[in-house]
Amino acid sequence: METTKKERMLTGNKAMAEAIAQEMEKNPEVFVLGEDVGKYGGIFGSTEGLLGKFGPDRVMDTPISETAFIGAAIGAAAEGMRPIAELMFVDFHGVCMDQIYNHMAKIPYMSGGNVKLPMVLTTAVGGGYNDAAQHSQTLYSSFAHLPGMKVVAPTTPYDIKGMMTSAIRDDNPVVFMFHKSLQGLGWMDLIEASVGHVPEESYTVPLGKAKVMREGKDVTIVGIQMMTVYALEAANKLAKEGIDAEVIDLRSLVPLDRETIIHSVQKTHNLLVVDEDYRSYGMTAEVSAVVAEEALYDLEHPIKRLAIPDVPIPYSRPMENYVIPNADAIYKQVKAMISE
Amino acid sequence: MEIPKEKLIWMYETMVKSRYFEEQMEQAYMEGKAPAFNIGAGPVPGEMHLSNGQEPAAVGICAHLTDDDTVTSPHRPHHHAIAKGVDLKKMTAEIFGKVTGLGKGKGGHMHLFDPSVKFSCGGIVGAGIPHAVGAVLTAKKRGTDDVAVAFIGEGAANSGAFHESLNLAALWNLPLIVVVEDNKYGISVTKESSTAVESNDLRAPAYGIAGEKVKDNDPMAMYEASKRAVERTRAGEGPAIIEIETYRYLGHFQGDPELYRPEGEADSLREKDPIIRLKNYMLEQNLYTEEELTEREETVKNEVDQAFEFARNSADPAPEDALQDVFAE
Repeated sequence: METTKKERMLTGNKAMAEAIAQEMEKNPEVFVLGEDVGKYGGIFGSTEGLLGKFGPDRVMDTPISETAFIGAAIGAAAEGMRPIAELMFVDFHGVCMDQIYNHMAKIPYMSGGNVKLPMVLTTAVGGGYNDAAQHSQTLYSSFAHLPGMKVVAPTTPYDIKGMMTSAIRDDNPVVFMFHKSLQGLGWMDLIEASVGHVPEESYTVPLGKAKVMREGKDVTIVGIQMMTVYALEAANKLAKEGIDAEVIDLRSLVPLDRETIIHSVQKTHNLLVVDEDYRSYGMTAEVSAVVAEEALYDLEHPIKRLAIPDVPIPYSRPMENYVIPNADAIYKQVKAMISE
Repeated sequence: MEIPKEKLIWMYETMVKSRYFEEQMEQAYMEGKAPAFNIGAGPVPGEMHLSNGQEPAAVGICAHLTDDDTVTSPHRPHHHAIAKGVDLKKMTAEIFGKVTGLGKGKGGHMHLFDPSVKFSCGGIVGAGIPHAVGAVLTAKKRGTDDVAVAFIGEGAANSGAFHESLNLAALWNLPLIVVVEDNKYGISVTKESSTAVESNDLRAPAYGIAGEKVKDNDPMAMYEASKRAVERTRAGEGPAIIEIETYRYLGHFQGDPELYRPEGEADSLREKDPIIRLKNYMLEQNLYTEEELTEREETVKNEVDQAFEFARNSADPAPEDALQDVFAE
């Protein structure tokens, strides 16, 4: 009997840690610093196993001093090191945003390109597990709005590893947002999408390129991270009713892959944009504006958006489920717009 | 402590250069801003924070640094930049917003970056301290003995960045020296009404590090305190805070009406000018003659004049250059 070689499957967090480990092996100037990145391996597993491999000089637990350690990463990057600093929850950016947007994002520009900051700022995003208003946000656009940082948010374990490798090798500051639900952690709802095939060898996935996750001809659904997962789920349900949805996983917010979005809308003539971030002034508005500017007359129906309805994330389960878009909401929204 | 003659004359020349630079800048800044002051008018627009009177802090410690040591500086950076050896022409051109400037006109006077001598500054109070921490974290990782000096004003000692950075530097035993320039005012608010301790070097024991106070804007005392701190930290004996009591002759920025300042304060400070004091010391000690010092003054002033000429004669950036340098290729 012939045996087929089984594909190696990894969770999102292991894919992320593996990319970091492989770059650390290659380049002695790559190091990690942040809260609980050492023995704990990152609260969301992003640095799992790294301390044992590389020791405390290269996997550095820090005090609760985000301004100091993110600022120190900036200072080290200016010297040519390639630090990876972890901001445990994106919600915590309030205590250190000055270092992020006034320094990390602006120094390369203010120096006329004479100073490069080859650093990665990793941070956990996402709700859906009742962690309430200060630990559940998905602040994509708060970062993507500010010039000078690449902002990426991969969905699949394959992309997490490939894009982390790209981020570390990039000469620009990269904000690498990983979704808690896609890390594949044992202490959360295990989502099927958080486990996937990841090659053992090192590889890159480019930053700034969206991915067509499912081809279709009737409607384009643009999502990112968990919204991509839900869009695919909705697309399967829609397919049974004869509606063929194309699902685009943005993967990168900055740079934004406008071309892939426009091409898709020119084919499907309908657009739904789904975001786990707040609705107003956010990613859904940006993607909609791109299509309105470049492909308005290709649209059959007005653009639709699903996002957090401009309220802080509520704690209680029924309310949180109500405000975060899900597969059912996407399904219903597509049905409604197609039948308009 | 016997200060070597060549160090004394370097400090003197650098203070003269720095003061003359600021005096020229003060004039250039006012071009196009009279009779009515308009902050956005003239060849040097925007805010302008000058350092006249604060030179001892810069030269006293930079006398102990090499090009491989890092200096970070705040919104009042010119004296630090000059003492660290930043390219004077490119620096002046940057302040004039010219394409030949350090940042091709994208930074301006508060945002000067010269990686060739490891100098940077920024307009956010306290924010440069963590960058200095990162520079010496790198030195430690690479096994060099480079040190970093973060200059701040006394107002920044009340910022979170100050305390977070000193804790981190002490925890990781990094060769960081924070120089606090106490010029008495955070814009208009006096140190007495903003700071719970009399002097910020007294905060050093909170981090288990060395602290030293330099009184009366004395460049030689600053040199000596800095020598102790730099030698100690370079030898791996941990960070330090030096607070120097200094003078700010001018307003917080040019155009500051200074209504908060007692009448005659600046004049009485000028009577104790550190440049004159150092000059008199060197003359009394018969280290140089009046003529020799005048000649050296002319040389550094000429260097400043040439830098201003370079800046004025340089081209403006093309408007669309604004779109470049957001990302490295």
